[in-house]
Amino acid sequence: MSIIYDTKWALLALFPEQAEEEKVREEEAKVLAALQEMEPAEEEGEKASQEVEQQEEAAAEKPKKPKEPEEIPPRNNGVLEVDYQARGASLDVLCSPEQVIDTAGILDKAGFFIESISGVDWIKEDQMEVIYDYSIVADVPCRVVVRTRIPRSEPVVPTISEIYPGANWHERETHEFFGIRFEGHPNLVPLLLPEDADFHPLRKDFKL
Amino acid sequence: MTVPIQCGPDETFVLNLGPQHPATHGVLRVKLTMDGEYVVKAEPVLGYIHRMHEKMAEAGTFAQFMPNTGRMDYLSALSYNQGYVMAVERAAGIEVPERAEYIRTITVELNRISSHLLWFGAFVLDLGGFTPLLYAFDDREKILDLLEHVTGSRLTYCYYRFGGVYNDIDDEFITGTSDFIKRLRSRLPSLYHDLVTGNIILIKRLKDIGFITQEVCRKYGATGPVARGSGINYDIRKNEPYSVYPEFNFDIPVYSECDSMARYMVRMDEIEQSMRIIEQALDKLPDGPVMAKVPKALKPAAGDCYAAVEAARGSFGCRLVCDGGKGPYRLKLRSPTYSNLSLFGEVAEGMLLADALALMGSLDLVIPEIDR
Repeated sequence: MSIIYDTKWALLALFPEQAEEEKVREEEAKVLAALQEMEPAEEEGEKASQEVEQQEEAAAEKPKKPKEPEEIPPRNNGVLEVDYQARGASLDVLCSPEQVIDTAGILDKAGFFIESISGVDWIKEDQMEVIYDYSIVADVPCRVVVRTRIPRSEPVVPTISEIYPGANWHERETHEFFGIRFEGHPNLVPLLLPEDADFHPLRKDFKL
Repeated sequence: MTVPIQCGPDETFVLNLGPQHPATHGVLRVKLTMDGEYVVKAEPVLGYIHRMHEKMAEAGTFAQFMPNTGRMDYLSALSYNQGYVMAVERAAGIEVPERAEYIRTITVELNRISSHLLWFGAFVLDLGGFTPLLYAFDDREKILDLLEHVTGSRLTYCYYRFGGVYNDIDDEFITGTSDFIKRLRSRLPSLYHDLVTGNIILIKRLKDIGFITQEVCRKYGATGPVARGSGINYDIRKNEPYSVYPEFNFDIPVYSECDSMARYMVRMDEIEQSMRIIEQALDKLPDGPVMAKVPKALKPAAGDCYAAVEAARGSFGCRLVCDGGKGPYRLKLRSPTYSNLSLFGEVAEGMLLADALALMGSLDLVIPEIDR
């Protein structure tokens, strides 16, 4: 778990508010653990009773669940630890477009490599999303997703091709498919589409 | 007295390689700026067989995209089948029966061998050796027959389903596979290693040529045999265990020479490791269903997930974004050769043209997978 933990804290340098909260939470957890060590017997008894209660609660809640789909609350910028088995990634970062370069720099220092860059057109919200996938050679799976949202009318993100030369082609591809401009890119011309292509086929309003 | 033509010191010319060229294995064009025999700048020009698979994915349901996955990397189509079904299974929370996972492993490893065999033949052909191609195709033919027997197709497979596989394997396939492994084991040392690996011409063409350093691999996101030939011990089957791979004993061949020969050796060793995996899987093959109970129309909850597999050329990944509908809202296909080729421009700089072509062959390019 240490690589995920270290990367999380390296990335939290960009989000001081969340870092403060996390620090407080960790200290609380430490205190709790220390308390548990001091009075293990009592805790266990309490735990067992709590578990029973939780199970009862869960049993009572279960039939309700499938009826109402979970509303995903809007996320603040920050680092989220997610379940690898369910999501295929360990850390999920939401940041502002300006922070994309900083995240790339931090991950580059930590030894990550760039896996892919993709765009998503959220036409209903009038936004575009750019998703960066990073991975690392380690004993445990540790994939990091960095995502940022930009307005659909002015889709501009700074380039990370100076940090990762491999991002060059991925950014060119995202540019031609979505019309997202990567500021500072050395050669932002179509890669897979014809050189005179003036359309962006992966936008949702592009009709086949 | 004849006077030799004097060339200015910084005089270069542009050489167009492809889009149709025997050494580029498909329609890849490379714009080479040459100084005599030396490459000054190499710029791959892509897109000649771009088909916009990602838009096709958005147009249909999850199941309707299945046949497309077999048409990107047509040499290891089953890895692509697996990457996509794993992404959808992850999004929809589908459990796959154990027997189906074993069948997937056996067939995908057979596909890996057939892919490496074709690469071997084509690569040696690039270097001027014609005979090894015939041996490789002879063995590959046996695999295609075996896979045709269970999947129904010889090249562009569409065999896996969400929650299992389309068809159970039978005794004929099992005995055929063990016979094939025996046969390939007996042929590998003489027809492959004695004839080609130990061949002085091959060694002179590949050894200490085409350096790809670990740092270049990381900066460009190169994976698969290219990274493992540069001493990076990275294989998704071990680093992010999926399917039933943790149950088998196999090694990841890693060579740290960083040259074309190292990449050649990695793939040759991988053929042997794949045979080990298949043998163990056939031994342990459990009974049971090959399909889970899965609703016909899948509707995973909104959200996105990523699934990666180790394809014959490196890490193939799907980033699947769902919005609660019947099909993908967005499907990003991360193909390994795309990243592996992007480093070609940097590495080929300053190389002799003939060596650059050997380097390109050692990257094992499949163009439809790059262009998608």
